Amino acid sequence: MSKVLLEVQDLKMHFPVKEGILLRTSKYNKAVDGISLEIAPGETLGLVGESGCGKSTLGRCIARLYKPTSGSIKFEGEEISLLGANALSAYRRHIQMIFQDPMESLNSRHTVAEIIEEPLIVQNMGDTAWRAKRVKELLDIVGLPARSVSRYPFEFSGGQRQRIGIARSIALNPKLIICDEPVSALDVSIQSQILNLLVDLQKEFNLSYLFIAHDLAVVKHISDRIAIMYLGKIVETGDSQTIYRNAQHPYTQSLISAIPMPDPHRKVTRQLIIGDVPSPIAPPPGCNFHPRCPRAIERCSVDVPQLSASKADSTGLVSCHLVD
Amino acid sequence: MSEALLEVNNLITEFDTDEGVVRAVDNISFAATAGETLGIVGESGCGKSVTALSIMRLLPQPMGKIVGGEILFKGQNLADLSLPQMEKIRGNNISMVFQEPMTALNPVHTIGRQLTEVLLLHKDITAQQAIQQGVKILDRVGIPSPDIRMTEYPHQLSGGMRQRVVIAIALACNPDLLIADEPTTALDVTIQAQILELIKELQKDLGMSVILITHDLGVIAETCDKVVVMYAGKVAERASVHELFDSPAHPYTQGLLASIPRMDTTPKSRLSIIEGMVPGLLDLPEGCRFENRCPHKRALCEDAPPAIDEVSPGHEVSCYRWQEI
Ligand SMILES: Nc1ncnc2c1ncn2[C@@H]1O[C@H](COP(=O)(O)OP(=O)(O)OP(=O)(O)O)[C@@H](O)[C@H]1O
Ligand SMILES: Nc1ncnc2c1ncn2[C@@H]1O[C@H](COP(=O)(O)OP(=O)(O)OP(=O)(O)O)[C@@H](O)[C@H]1O
Ligand SMILES: [Mg+2]
Ligand SMILES: [Mg+2]
Repeated sequence: MSKVLLEVQDLKMHFPVKEGILLRTSKYNKAVDGISLEIAPGETLGLVGESGCGKSTLGRCIARLYKPTSGSIKFEGEEISLLGANALSAYRRHIQMIFQDPMESLNSRHTVAEIIEEPLIVQNMGDTAWRAKRVKELLDIVGLPARSVSRYPFEFSGGQRQRIGIARSIALNPKLIICDEPVSALDVSIQSQILNLLVDLQKEFNLSYLFIAHDLAVVKHISDRIAIMYLGKIVETGDSQTIYRNAQHPYTQSLISAIPMPDPHRKVTRQLIIGDVPSPIAPPPGCNFHPRCPRAIERCSVDVPQLSASKADSTGLVSCHLVD
Repeated sequence: MSEALLEVNNLITEFDTDEGVVRAVDNISFAATAGETLGIVGESGCGKSVTALSIMRLLPQPMGKIVGGEILFKGQNLADLSLPQMEKIRGNNISMVFQEPMTALNPVHTIGRQLTEVLLLHKDITAQQAIQQGVKILDRVGIPSPDIRMTEYPHQLSGGMRQRVVIAIALACNPDLLIADEPTTALDVTIQAQILELIKELQKDLGMSVILITHDLGVIAETCDKVVVMYAGKVAERASVHELFDSPAHPYTQGLLASIPRMDTTPKSRLSIIEGMVPGLLDLPEGCRFENRCPHKRALCEDAPPAIDEVSPGHEVSCYRWQEI
């Protein structure tokens, strides 16, 4: 099927939790617990949700930095969830990741040039002179001066470091980029430059993005479709404009109401979701969201809701007993 | 007007680097009042974190030093204190929440150890009491199963939970001043709303003063009383939050406000940007630091840096042309 670049089916990533003096695994952290999604060439799927709900883990499974516990990941029709290290290396060229915490992802002992050049070397691209030219070109694209090449990540501010990460991730002209909070550390004038850049790159190379972020105005701006995740599962998905106008799931509604607006005159009347985020090690029975849901009924604590067609959006899905 | 709890006057902070001396913070002044939230916004690299680290006296050593100005906290100049004196204030009277939670947490110690450490250092309590208080504080910042989390290590938590731990540690001793450097950047919005609400609540309860560093103008609009806009190590504009959003005087502030994606912006449309890049600290222009990106630049802007001008009481700007533009 050519219309789908990435197809994920019932994906699970359960981390073993080791306990006791014998460090036996008696429980699992169900960080990703049965996720299905598709991304078309040139499309952006926005992924939002509570911190700890498994967004980064999902991204890392798709980038095959993790080997998922079960489920299927098809990239251009090819099953990649089971590939070993050798077979994966060809696939890595096509799918790249921009990380949430730039300090964690950049090797602090390497210069900027070495960091950006590394994927080119791993993939055996060009000679030394060509790569040096490419590194300068990439720095220019992300808005860093050419003489940054000999400097080290710690010499840059948080935002500048994120741009180094973006330069590295686009070095190989990938088909899919998992953007894990790529602009959260950037101030707005640079954020808009990077967002424009991501949109430009997408148009030029028909790139696809899985765009993870907590700034819903940003996600709305860049996404064609949005998936809302809660505790390892997708609770609502659909066209991004429709979801913002007419969210169906109570969690999506409270998410949207929590967006801080750049208007100090606005009277903030929001429904804070109270209570604890349940642990993915011991998720509640029934709907994962019911302990915090302002509208939960008895059934919500018993039956697990399934994703089904949304009333608001012909392509949307929602997982809530209250919307039937 | 109530008296300032913290007054930063003409602060200058420099780094020794291989390429020469870098002046990351150049002659900045602002004041934070008890019970108020002061926001600091600005381009990445403009010196917000260095300002915070200067106040905390946590500049990376030996490269970083305060070379000018004063930092008056309750009338006492923090820049002059010895490190042991400063250690008594840090974590107890002034606390800081960092931008990258992983750098604030020690990866080889449990959450519980890091939380009880600060309590035991500043309070006269037993280890057992410290553990009990630690669990309570973790619960207060919304961490599920706090007693279990006490025994875990930072890498076992998601980014958001790590930041809540950092906030818990910062608030453990009920400080007078909390400096929060991008405290909610890694968090999703419902948790951000809770954390900001939590900080507001604690601020009301304790009369705490908060300095909030963020790039999110939405967060500024909703939580701050006063705002300092920084650019390339200098203050571009200082104003009350209403003044700043209603009548921004500096071209940089105007550019920032124009470039935010809003809920009604056409998807994937071109966002307004501020052209160009911030000048490097090693090749700063002679004149105004925003000169190379400014749509209103004139010849005089290149000659010398503009002084701070009063737009109205409590609203100041560093621009030659603010009256004309
Ligand atoms: N390598 C790992 N080993 C064990 N548990 C992990 C690992 N990585 C993540 N987890 C756990 O999996 C769950 C999901 O974490 P993840 O980082 O995917 O969340 P997230 O949605 O990206 O959160 P945030 O918005 O805070 O970044 C959390 O409970 C986390 O503690
Ligand atoms: N240890 C250091 N050595 C040399 N220069 C440094 C060091 N730390 C910071 N700087 C420089 O000081 C300037 C200010 O950095 P700072 O971290 O305060 O920026 P910031 O405003 O917090 O940016 P961001 O929004 O990206 O966090 C930057 O140009 C940075 O390169
Ligand atoms: Mg994450
Ligand atoms: Mg900073």
